[in-house]
Amino acid sequence: MTAAGRAHSAARETAARETDDGGQEPGAEEWGTNMLSVRYGAVLALDRVTLRAVPGEITAVVGGDGAGRTTLLRCVSGLVGASEGEIRTPGLRQIGYLQADTGMYPDLSVEENLAFRATAFGVEPAAAGQRVNDLLERTGLAAWRQRLVRQLSGGMRKKLGVIAVLLHHPKLLLFDEPTTGVDPVSRADLWWLIAHAAAEGAAIVMSTSYLDEAERATSVLVLDAGREVAAGTPDEIVAAVPGAICVLNARPRQDQQKMAWRRGRQWRLWCPDGNCPAADADTPAERGQAQARIQPDLQDAVTVAVLARELDTARDGQLSNATAKGGVR
Amino acid sequence: MWALIVKEFRQMRRDRRTLALMIVMPIVLLVVLGYAASFDVHSIPTVVAGPQARPVTPQLHKPLDVTRIEPAKGLAWALSELRDGKAVVAIVTGAPRPAVLVDGTQLFAARTALTALSSFSRSSSGTSAAAPGQSPPLPAAVHILYNPELKTSDIMIPGIPGIVLVFVGTVITSLGVVRERETGTLEQLAVMPFRPRDVFFGKIVPYFAVATADLAIVIAVGVAIFGVPFRGSMGVFALGALLFLFATLGMGVLISSVSENQGQAVQLAMMTMLPQVLLSGLIFPLSSIVAGVRWIAYFLPLTYFTQISRGVMLRAEPITALWQPFVYLAVLGTVVLFLATLRFRSYLSPAPHARMPRRRMGSDSDAAETALAGSRDRK
Repeated sequence: MTAAGRAHSAARETAARETDDGGQEPGAEEWGTNMLSVRYGAVLALDRVTLRAVPGEITAVVGGDGAGRTTLLRCVSGLVGASEGEIRTPGLRQIGYLQADTGMYPDLSVEENLAFRATAFGVEPAAAGQRVNDLLERTGLAAWRQRLVRQLSGGMRKKLGVIAVLLHHPKLLLFDEPTTGVDPVSRADLWWLIAHAAAEGAAIVMSTSYLDEAERATSVLVLDAGREVAAGTPDEIVAAVPGAICVLNARPRQDQQKMAWRRGRQWRLWCPDGNCPAADADTPAERGQAQARIQPDLQDAVTVAVLARELDTARDGQLSNATAKGGVR
Repeated sequence: MWALIVKEFRQMRRDRRTLALMIVMPIVLLVVLGYAASFDVHSIPTVVAGPQARPVTPQLHKPLDVTRIEPAKGLAWALSELRDGKAVVAIVTGAPRPAVLVDGTQLFAARTALTALSSFSRSSSGTSAAAPGQSPPLPAAVHILYNPELKTSDIMIPGIPGIVLVFVGTVITSLGVVRERETGTLEQLAVMPFRPRDVFFGKIVPYFAVATADLAIVIAVGVAIFGVPFRGSMGVFALGALLFLFATLGMGVLISSVSENQGQAVQLAMMTMLPQVLLSGLIFPLSSIVAGVRWIAYFLPLTYFTQISRGVMLRAEPITALWQPFVYLAVLGTVVLFLATLRFRSYLSPAPHARMPRRRMGSDSDAAETALAGSRDRK
């Protein structure tokens, strides 16, 4: 185990043994990771990722499948050890981690699940009862208290999961895809819970595949294949888009396809050099495609960040190939 | 249909453990059971006591196997030899007619002994007129001890709690733990402020309680309905049951920590349960099992629990006579529990490497497996 990993597990053990406050100062402390790498055998799941989790703020971690979002959250929660880098957490007792499948007991009722968690974290029964009532009431779960979790719908289960990890007022909350597969009404409830926890001073990190949700976050971390491709506030990420983005009014050409993506009924094209197909272009095809350049939103910005990374990787690959060939000659 | 068949074989190939079980298990079972399944007793440990012990001994032949001759000792010694399970037949000479004592708890050995003894008596009465100075003809009075009617229930029921405890301890416990993994709740346990030890004992204590209640019920029913005697000390029995439970519960946790799902856990649990039932001496006498297979019995906790439970319930054996099964059971329990806690700890602890200790001492192929496991983790 690396030094960081050791420090982390030591922190876990201390937290397990010691008191509620986990030995950290309340408030101003900032949690997260610094140049964190996680290796599963030969696979590098996370490559020098830096995550900031600030009290009172929501950080969204976005990225495609296999980007490393879950690994990042699991690592911060202590479920996975770091191979390199640093993790700062307030200690096990002060972390609330909600996995994507919520991890609630399907054969226990809503109430029983919450009671178990409250006891496990040593929350006063009276205080827990009050909080449970408030949260269940607010999220429309109050009528389902006696229901077994396996009888709940996906959205209800997610809400229960979020309530469960909020019970002990953790300083750092980690939600893995809390809103995936949830209807818009339940999503609003979930966001209320999450935003409420942030307002109470918790530092929140949530992974999501919905970029409209990420726009609501204070800051966003974009991962692709285990690497950080963009980070900052949504505005900063949008402002940092290199080149230009334009809307095409026809299908992209073969050579453009790698740089184009579909949004609703339209196609969008990223032009790294800032030169979009223009109405006065040389070829009729280009003239036919011409459309106004647009102001990108976060979804465009994230897509471009990932494309830019792929472009870099491809260039590096060509470069190293060329060097290798040169070497042989 | 063809597509379905191909798919089924693909899935089967993925689940190597089931495949191995399907192919290897029948062969192993056949071989083991073929050698183990025998009620025939070829050798019956016999002790001879009393002043005429030496002259009597030459008349005893197979299957009676004279292990000790003590002319200076008498009935009390012979009884203690039987009680402590050191012999199945004891012949006490001295009175006008020798007395033959048979341990009725060794059902098959006792039956074989009785057959042998009756054939001796026929042959000796055939050549009746014993010359003066010759030893008296055998046998005279045969006493079957502990289980005078040679009832099967008397010897089976003390063994049944063992099977019940194996079932609850191994099968149910392994299911209970692996279910946490399957439903993803184990991950939540791992991020709660519990130490691995808390989780371990938190998981097994309820099963321990249920198994204890089961045990009490089975014993009570055996005594009340089947009239099985409980002659020995409750304390000695309880201690034996405690050690046995630790071993079986530990086995349950061990099985669950190497199983991905409940199906695999049940398979493995069954694999440990079947030999326990068949090879522990509960059904087939240990001495009848071929030596090449019998050694397996010495690694099975049920073997020792059966000895303790029969000894205490039927023969009122004191703990001093049962020290051997107690020691073996304690050693087995400690080893199993130690391995189980070790596995369980790595099951719950952070660090990808520590979480997969089976693959920790990695060769290249191990690394590939770890990578696979990793990508599974990442979803």
